[in-house]
Amino acid sequence: MSDTPVGETTAPEPLTDQPAGGAVRRLVQSGVRLFRVTEVDPRLLGMLAALVVIWLLFNVLSGGTFLTPRNLWNLSVQTAVVAIMATGMVLVIVTRNIDLSVGSMLGMIGMAIAILQNEILPRWLGFDHWVIWIIAVVAALLIGAVVGAFQGAIVAYVGVPSFIVTLGGLLVWGGARWALSSGRTIAPMDATFQLFGGGARGSLGAELSWVIGVLGCVGVVAMLWNGRRQRRRFQFPLRPMWAEIFLGIVACAAIIGSITMLNRYFKPPTLAEGATDVAFGLAYPVLITLAVALAVTFVANRTRFGRYVYAIGGNPEAAELGGINTRWMIVRTFMLMGILVAIAAIVQVARLNAATSGLGTLAELYVIAAAVIGGTSFSGGIGTIPGAVLGALVMQSLQSGMVLMGVDAPIQDIVVGIVLVVAVAIDTAYRRRVAR
Amino acid sequence: MTSTLEPSSGGAPRPPLVELRDIRVAFGGVHAVDGVTVDLYPGEVVALVGGNGAGKTTLIKTLSGAHTADSGQIFIDGSLADISTPRDARAYGVETIYQTLALAENIDAPGNMFLGRELTSRWKTLDDTAMEDATRKVMGRLNPRFENFKVPVSSLSGGQRQSVAIAKAVHFNARILIMDEPTAALGPAETAQVGELIRQLKSEGIGIFLISHDIHDVFDLADRISVMLQGKLVGTVKKDDVTMDDVLGMIIIGKLPGEVSQSELDDLRG
Repeated sequence: MSDTPVGETTAPEPLTDQPAGGAVRRLVQSGVRLFRVTEVDPRLLGMLAALVVIWLLFNVLSGGTFLTPRNLWNLSVQTAVVAIMATGMVLVIVTRNIDLSVGSMLGMIGMAIAILQNEILPRWLGFDHWVIWIIAVVAALLIGAVVGAFQGAIVAYVGVPSFIVTLGGLLVWGGARWALSSGRTIAPMDATFQLFGGGARGSLGAELSWVIGVLGCVGVVAMLWNGRRQRRRFQFPLRPMWAEIFLGIVACAAIIGSITMLNRYFKPPTLAEGATDVAFGLAYPVLITLAVALAVTFVANRTRFGRYVYAIGGNPEAAELGGINTRWMIVRTFMLMGILVAIAAIVQVARLNAATSGLGTLAELYVIAAAVIGGTSFSGGIGTIPGAVLGALVMQSLQSGMVLMGVDAPIQDIVVGIVLVVAVAIDTAYRRRVAR
Repeated sequence: MTSTLEPSSGGAPRPPLVELRDIRVAFGGVHAVDGVTVDLYPGEVVALVGGNGAGKTTLIKTLSGAHTADSGQIFIDGSLADISTPRDARAYGVETIYQTLALAENIDAPGNMFLGRELTSRWKTLDDTAMEDATRKVMGRLNPRFENFKVPVSSLSGGQRQSVAIAKAVHFNARILIMDEPTAALGPAETAQVGELIRQLKSEGIGIFLISHDIHDVFDLADRISVMLQGKLVGTVKKDDVTMDDVLGMIIIGKLPGEVSQSELDDLRG
């Protein structure tokens, strides 16, 4: 590199400088160095490691059925609903609030749009009219935004603690779901709407999945390059080039690896005109989850709103003194949560191809657990979107792994509950050590 | 009841940079600030002193926009100013360094320096690199050894956190600076550094309200001293006209130097 600015270390220090201390110590030292130089969050990496351990463990215990394209594809689809909501829950918890109503809200919205497309709209338009799915989606998003903003306004402007407001919401929206359904199960959904749930038709197929994978890799490289360019513009210290390349290779390998895996799950011949080599590829719910996670990460890290959300969580008084309209930010946070609940409701109802009177029950607990396992702190100000998505994946992996092994449902609950507490205990201990 | 002395310059009357006139703030039935009038000229340091609960911080919060006064007016450059939020205050060039520093612990130094006034790119996204650049430039002046631009301020030392708070005021070109106990959490070396900084800002024509418990700091830095007791202004004196004992008498007994009787003085000396 000819234009290397001051401050850049161009190559890793040779490890041979260090006193002979055995290969293990050198490995650990270079590992520590890798963290520091690449600026990767060790906690995120710890979670990834935990995920890998869980996967390998279940693969061994289940006799090799866990790490199959079929199971991983299902896992990706099953994670979607909780992961979508967990991204919003991170921001809610970061502002020192909580939303207990997301499960009931999901049920109410799901039930409302199910009735809309199964009973109301077909009366005027006939079944499977092309506009039905659009109306259903818009209706869901509207209800979600209004309900979320309403709860947020009570928290921010009336001053009722969010725990109480959303506990009330849990009952109110749960009751509304029940009243709407009168105990019925509404099915089926509009044919186009069903695609949001994945399944045989609701996935991208091999070619488009590859396109997404390549776009992802290009995005990663562009981000690394742009970050470097920005820092060079201001002559800041840069990461060594080898670290940038290392990060790029790891990220791209992960993307390509995932796509390869999903593309190796083939549709049964009856769904593929007799062919046995038609791959599912990325399912639409997974695509939606990725898009949501990227969008919310962008909002959290690159917009004023996101900065204010974290500032409010870190020190509400400082945010206020900084001239931030903290109440309005809280309303917006809850509104975003409502919109994400609506997206999750769309995916869930489409996936089940039905809305039942129990739709969304207990989902709030899984969503909160995913956010918290993903490193979100209840004391506010701390939490990441990728962490929450990983948290959702960890929980879903545990559950489907245990289902695969034939573990009884009560035992599954016991295990997930214990893992939740242990994960947070480890995270708390780690953070205390880092803070000294 | 209150006596405001003229500032050192005896020439043609020029309007003060700031005048807080007859400010009243009550919490419930308690008069936290009860009809206080103070003023501040460019390039001047006015110390606000008084015991705990004297109303210094509450008074000053009406100028920084954190509280609104129940009655009274604020004049800036001789004209009536309308300050009801921190944003309004900043628009008048008022910057405040709070005793608590008012930093978001989970956010890094540039993020805190620009909190509420973030630099954004063409696309309305946060321009973190530009903010880091500006922070590095200001820190280069204030605290050249400061290196931790990317870590949450919770992991910084007291002095470093203080310099982040001060950097904010310096970067945004404050004309009026409010410092609430700026050295309370600092060691001797860092305190000296802040003192040096105050002298430097003063020489640039900035007017500074300094709230402090430390009478030595006050005599070291201030031009005039306004003393408050139980929400009322005891008086404002020029530093060169009084002794530390005089000021202590004002703080504790609530009387101006000439009004204190010999027995009261003896009590004071114990």
